[in-house]
Amino acid sequence: MENVHGSGEVTHAEHNFDVKLIWRTFRILLYITLFELVLAIGYYKMTFSDPHLVKHLLNGVFIILTLAKAFFIVAEFMHLRHEIRNLIMTIVVPALLFLWFIGAFLWDGGSYKNLRNTYDRQHLEASKEKAPVQEEEHGHEAKKPGSVE
Amino acid sequence: MSQTITADRKWWSGGKSPFNVEYGKLMMWYFLMSDAFTFGAFLIAYGTIRFSSNSWPDPNAVFRTFPGVEGNMPIPLAFVSLMTFILIMSSVTMVLAVGAGHANDKRKVLIYMGWTILGGIAFLSCQAWEWTHLHGEGAWWGRNPFMNIDGSQSSTNFTNFFFTITGFHGFHVFSGVIINIIMFIMTWQGVFERRGHYNMIEKAGLYWHFVDLVWVFVFTCFYLF
Repeated sequence: MENVHGSGEVTHAEHNFDVKLIWRTFRILLYITLFELVLAIGYYKMTFSDPHLVKHLLNGVFIILTLAKAFFIVAEFMHLRHEIRNLIMTIVVPALLFLWFIGAFLWDGGSYKNLRNTYDRQHLEASKEKAPVQEEEHGHEAKKPGSVE
Repeated sequence: MSQTITADRKWWSGGKSPFNVEYGKLMMWYFLMSDAFTFGAFLIAYGTIRFSSNSWPDPNAVFRTFPGVEGNMPIPLAFVSLMTFILIMSSVTMVLAVGAGHANDKRKVLIYMGWTILGGIAFLSCQAWEWTHLHGEGAWWGRNPFMNIDGSQSSTNFTNFFFTITGFHGFHVFSGVIINIIMFIMTWQGVFERRGHYNMIEKAGLYWHFVDLVWVFVFTCFYLF
């Protein structure tokens, strides 16, 4: 086998690292992160008539952008896009199980919240109680609520 | 180099590496996949608890300090943006080190590995500062000084998940820095030069990028949502 040097020798072929591509990936990641920050800070600074709806939409955008970043890191930095299709599939297909996990568990969490609010009114009332007001603009001798010392 | 692929591409009939990667690299991929499931389990637990809570602290109100700046920053999340930048940057230098390894350029591998290690240490220092600061504000496992976004009393879930998951991630960064330092020393001593290839750098690189990848998700789940 040592003398069979076919089209895809393991360590030497398909490894012409494109430095330009790396920096392009870096810029994409940087821009996406900056865009996310602009959205997060914008949401924080502005007021909306329906903040919950806006927040949900924003979270959807964050998920998409995060997945985009994950794609670029795995595909380019970890070089997976340039591997053989079979290898890509053994990595990507199990990872897709996450979609199911995430969907099922978050649904479960939401359902638990609704059931509890419906049948445990005490919990609902307790969760509406305002926290004791602590002055927010403190200096650096911050108090430690709940700390024993 | 006995793993070769012939042009007819009969991947599975033996005598060749069907995935066309060396064993160690393949196993690193599978390890990272299992590690991804661990982190995924953490983050899904966090998400489930958060979905089952009536309210949750506002990250913009919690993460708004910066070292050396008195009081709060005019914009929130500035410090964590810096941390993200540092980690992505160190990922770039890691790719460049891998690329230099393919070119068998020992000097450049050393330079880029050095930058990667510095980036990792810088990230860990930032995290240490943030943890210390939050601890000073009274946040720790089991105690949460931040009220919910709607003004109601919060539970300790927020801080428990925050410290557990960023701590677990930080531990991965720490291990990555140690691995990178070992790689640096091995490169420096010419181990890979004698071996004729820098595949170990590539495997360490995979791990390092994975740490960056996890941070992307931690960043979204804790600081943006």
